[in-house]
Amino acid sequence: MARSVKKGPYVEGSLVKKITRLNERNEKRVFKTWSRASTVTPDFVGHTIAVHNGNKFIPVYITENMVGHKLGEFAPTRLFRGHSGKLAADKKLGG
Amino acid sequence: MARIAGVDLPRDKRVEVALTYIYGVGLPTSRRILDVTAVDADVRVRDLSDAEVARLRQAIERNVKVEGALRTEIAMNIKRLMDIGSYRGTRHRRGLPVRGQRTHTNARTKKGPRRPIAGKKRVLKK
Repeated sequence: MARSVKKGPYVEGSLVKKITRLNERNEKRVFKTWSRASTVTPDFVGHTIAVHNGNKFIPVYITENMVGHKLGEFAPTRLFRGHSGKLAADKKLGG
Repeated sequence: MARIAGVDLPRDKRVEVALTYIYGVGLPTSRRILDVTAVDADVRVRDLSDAEVARLRQAIERNVKVEGALRTEIAMNIKRLMDIGSYRGTRHRRGLPVRGQRTHTNARTKKGPRRPIAGKKRVLKK
């Protein structure tokens, strides 16, 4: 179910603080976050945020189009290398 | 012949249903349009007067996004998802279900016909 509009979008408090501080100083710096559930707000645009995917931090450059999506959508948590089998083995050998 | 939004409406159907032959118009939209234009939903398309057809055409052109325009909008929305590199975008790109459905089995609508997997033997039925 969708989140109630009354509450507004969810953004982790520390993330808001960080972004507003960076915006005040007009600073652009990559910083890490674990908060995949946070919604991208217009303040984020132009920053690069390293979003945790459970293993590594994936740098995500925020563009205007991304507003309204959640940070986690841009840092995939699964790594699919393809299925095993003859075809896959051939590809590996062939390069 | 009633031609609305570039689509020929089937002549023998009730208007209510005939309007749903337009891409982007389903039954609820169709009923709303008929309500607004004050056209009887039970009339067959061939029995519509020219004035009624004109009214319908105008109402649809003004208020409903249909056919080509709607298709482009949908394509643009999907393209946006793909361009921003979101999870949903990658799912679209790979032709897999987008909304978290299982793919171990099923998902044939998105994935298309089954492709045989090399080395997998079929069990013979007795």
